[in-house]
This record gives sequence, C-alpha cells and structure tokens, in this order.
Amino acid sequence: MTTIDIKQQPVARLEWEKVALVILLALALIAPSFVYPLFLVRILTFVLFASAYNLIFGYAGLLGFGHAAFFGLASYAVAQSAKTLPITPEIAILFGVFVSAAMGVVFGWLAIRRQGLYFAMITLALAQIVYFFFAQVEWAHGEDGIQSVPRGHFLGLIDLSDNMVMYYFVLGVFLIGFLFLLRVIASPYGEVLKAVRDNEARAISLGYDANAIKLIAFTISAGLAGLAGGLNALSFQLASLSDVHYLLSAEVILMVLIGGAATTIGPVLGAVVVVAMQNYFAPFGAWVLVFQGVIFVVCVLTMRNGIVGVIDMLAKAWVDKSGKAY
Amino acid sequence: MILIFGVPIQALTGQLMVGLINGAFYALLSLGVAIIFGMLRIANFVHGAQYMLGAFVAWFLLNLPNIFPGLGLPTIGYWVALVLAPLVVFGVGILIEFLFIRRVYDLDHAYSLLLTIGLTMVLEGAFRLKYGSSGQPYEIPELLKGGRNLGFMFLPYYRVWVVVVSLVVCFATWFMIERTKFGAYLRAATEDPILVRAFGINVPLMLMLTYGFGVGLAGFTGVMAAPIYQVSPGMGQNLIIIVFAVVVIGGMGSILGAIISGFFLGIIEGLTKVFWPEASNTVIFVIMAIILLVRPNGLIGRVAK
Repeated sequence: MTTIDIKQQPVARLEWEKVALVILLALALIAPSFVYPLFLVRILTFVLFASAYNLIFGYAGLLGFGHAAFFGLASYAVAQSAKTLPITPEIAILFGVFVSAAMGVVFGWLAIRRQGLYFAMITLALAQIVYFFFAQVEWAHGEDGIQSVPRGHFLGLIDLSDNMVMYYFVLGVFLIGFLFLLRVIASPYGEVLKAVRDNEARAISLGYDANAIKLIAFTISAGLAGLAGGLNALSFQLASLSDVHYLLSAEVILMVLIGGAATTIGPVLGAVVVVAMQNYFAPFGAWVLVFQGVIFVVCVLTMRNGIVGVIDMLAKAWVDKSGKAY
Repeated sequence: MILIFGVPIQALTGQLMVGLINGAFYALLSLGVAIIFGMLRIANFVHGAQYMLGAFVAWFLLNLPNIFPGLGLPTIGYWVALVLAPLVVFGVGILIEFLFIRRVYDLDHAYSLLLTIGLTMVLEGAFRLKYGSSGQPYEIPELLKGGRNLGFMFLPYYRVWVVVVSLVVCFATWFMIERTKFGAYLRAATEDPILVRAFGINVPLMLMLTYGFGVGLAGFTGVMAAPIYQVSPGMGQNLIIIVFAVVVIGGMGSILGAIISGFFLGIIEGLTKVFWPEASNTVIFVIMAIILLVRPNGLIGRVAK
C-alpha cells in the first residue's frame, strides 16, 4: 500500500534538481554576508529536519505525525548535556543524534506494525508522551525550557559564540547529514525502500523483510531529525516545549508537502518557504497559523506534488514546446 | 477519614467524578470522530476545532448585547444555545464538507488527515487572532447550579447532567446508526456506494449530512463543555489528540467501541491522577500503544481497511 501517490521521477527533474542544489549550496556559502546568520541557521536546521522526515514520508510512504518528538528529544538532550557536562558541542550533538535514533528504533518498532492513518495516530500518541515528559520533568523547566545553553568550543578550539562562526559550523554539520541522506536514498537500500513503498507484497515475495527495511528508514530519519534539533538548540541556546509540540510535527509535514514529497529538493524548498513565512509574518501573530493552514489545504487539494510538481509540469511544457529532448 | 489504598475517599471519589466527566466528553467527541471515520473514511482532525466552535457560538449567543451593542439584541442562554449552537456548527460542517472534504474521498486516508490539520490551523488561528489564548468564562445555567453533599463527596448537579446527557446522546446515536433504516442505508452506502445509488438513494447528500451530524455532535459537546472548561481557542487542541487515541483504542470506526473506551479511559485517567499524578497526561497514550500491540484492531475492532 502506498500512502502518498508519487509519480516516477521525470528525467527532466534530475537535470534541474542538480543545478538548483548546486546554486543553493553556493548561496548558502555567501548568504551570511547579506542575511542574518541565525535566520539562515534556522533554515538549514529545518531543511535537514524536513529532508529527514521526507525519508519516511516520501520514500517509505509512512505518514508519521510525531517527528517533533525526535527533533525535540535531541534538542533537550543537547541543551542539557552542553549545559551540565564538560563536553564539546560536537559530542553533545552526537549524543543528541544517538538518543533520537535510539528512540526511533523503539517508536518505529511499535508503529510500523500498522499503516496509513493508524501509523499517523500511533506516532502522534507516542510523540505526546514525549511532550508531556518534557512538560513535567523538573530539569526541563516546563514552559521556560532550558535557557542560555552554552555553544562551547568546537573540538575545544573554535569558539562558536559568534553567530557567523556558528553559521558555518551548522552548515558543515548540515552538509554531512544532508549528503548522508542523499547517499542513503541513492543506495541499493534506498531502491529497496522505494520498492517496499510502491508494492510491499511484491518486495516481500522477493525475499525482503519489509518491516526491517522500514524500521531502518525510520531510525535514520529519527537520528537526522535529532541532528537538526540538536543544531537548533545549540544555535539558539534554547530547548523549549515548542520543539516537541505536535504543531511542529504538522509543520514538517507541511514543509515536505509544499516542496514535494519523495524528491531531493522538495523538502529544501518547502522548509525555506515555511521558515521564511514564519519569520516575516511573525509580527502578525496568529495570522501565521491561519496562512499555514490555508497553504496546507491548498497543497492537499490542488498541488499534491508540491512546488517540485509545478516546476516539473512547467519544465515538461517547455520541453514539449521547444521540441528539445533531454 | 476513610482511606482506600492509602488515599482519602474524598480524593478518590472526586477524581473519579472528574474522570467520569472527562470520559463523557471523550465519548461524545470520539463518537463523532468514529462516525465520520467509519462512514466516510475521513480522519477528522478538525473535530477539536469544531468543538471549540460550538463553545464559542454558545458564548457569542450569551454575549450578543455586548458584541453588537446598540442593536437591542437579547442575550441567549444555555438552553437555547444547546440547540442553536450545534445547528450552526452543523451548517459549518456541511459547508466544510461541500467545499473541501468531498474532494478527498477518493484519495488515500492520509490526505484527509492533512486536509483537516490545515482546516484546524485556519479555524484556531482565526479565533486566536480575536481572542488570543485566554479563556472566556461561561456560567452554569441557573437550573443546574449548586449540588448535593453526599457525605463522602460533593456532587455538582451540572456534572451529573453532563454524564446523563452524554450517555443518552451516545445511546441514541448508536441506536440510529446500528438499528434504524436510515442507519442501514448509511452503512450500506459506505460498503457499496454505487449499488446504493442505483437504488435511488442520494449518497453524496447522505455523506454530507453524516459529516454535518458528526460535526454537529462536536458543537453540542462544545456547548456542554463551556460551563466546565473555559471557552478558549485552544480548548480543542489537546483534546483532539486524546480523542484520536480513544478512537484507536475503541477500534477505528467502531461506534460502540468509541463510546465505551471514551468513558473507560476518562475514568482510568481520573484514577491515575490519584495514584500517579505525573502519568495522568500520558496514560491514555500508553494504553493505546499497549492495545495496538495486543489487539491491533482495537478493543471492539472491525478489521481496518
């Protein structure tokens, strides 16, 4: 059973997608000269978060509705460990990734027994347990969250307290996570994952253990979501309840949906759009929520393949018109 | 002082009552969600916002003279609101079905969840714009004020009323769907819409009315809840997640399952508050995880499609 109808990747996409990714990387390198670095940090962490979620939503066809749990768990783990233990930031982040991935194994093991809506509701329920844990446990400080987390010195040498330095640190870690994800998707394992998504019965008949394959994807996705959450907590020196809130789980679905599920660049574009919207509409208060809702509705009703789907369509029309073959 | 398991009996019965009240609300809301899922195959995440809408309509009716000063409008109280507000929410539901929901009937269930998440954001966001996150008080109607001291606990009349009404409404709805001709048509239309249409029954209209009815129930629950909880834009937010868990525990789409597990989980939650307060927020989700491991189709589950 597929949860999300995804068409075969058109050849034209492969071309423009690569070009666009390279351009975006170049932009990411020079952007902090023009844009506030912490805003860019937010974009990068959410691009990573959305890409990680895309692995289960797009490539595994699992509608998880509790990914904020992994983002938030690592956020709290990194914040608390960086604040109370004598460790360097990269160790704190590794710790965050580890706990999120570990929780991913448990939650995934529980949830992948069911599909579709059940899967969504189980992940949501499990994520709520995590939310209430952090809402109640004393060291998480309830509504205040863990504040003034020290950024520390990378490898004990490079001081990260400057926003510009922090940005390039985040960019480096982000690239490791993002390229790892691309490698996973392009690997033989990634192909099997897509096969399970498209026709689980057939994949099983070919001898693949479908549940194990989904669980691996879920764990990787949880770990990378944790990486994003950890980077976010360290950069903003804060871990708060909004990092584990279900609205964040909804937002990450929105990012992937707007951009285009099961594409490399879709979650990138989606995250940029949503974070930028939140940032620029922040002065209008609750309007952000209303706009997000409207975009959600529009995406579900009219453009289920997201921005990438629209660009593909335009690209196809252009190719057909000019008679040029890729 | 009488102690039961080392807990004063007042605390125990008090929390049991709170649990029963919460259970009454869980049951009413789960009932609506279960009907909409069972008959329409739509995961109605916006149910919580529609419940909030019901409470707000009741509040608007009560405060008509303050909201539209100078028009000489009367203030409309609880009893009229109990009929009027669900009708308004029913109308909103019909409109939502007509504009949005019917476009995702043929898509995977997942899209209905995403669509209704979006609608929730719009509705809650819109109310937040006007009312922030603060609660508006709504008074208990004169007739049901006060209560009776039973010796071991104080029993407020309004709470008794909520439990009784919830039981009656739940039973009536169950009866209508499982035991009447209309219910039979409805269940048939879910099984095989094309055949039922061939018999001359307007299936799209029936689905629209069913969605409206489920949503109207949410509105009704909202009015019932207004005097107990404050009327605020976020009042349905956490509730809907619990209600979804209740519906999963009861067995997705099982009406009886939703009602029974609604009351049952409300009481369990109340008891948890006495014996292990820290776990009271999560106990329902933990139970859900266990149920899914032991009985994947829920307590009273038909096989999920």
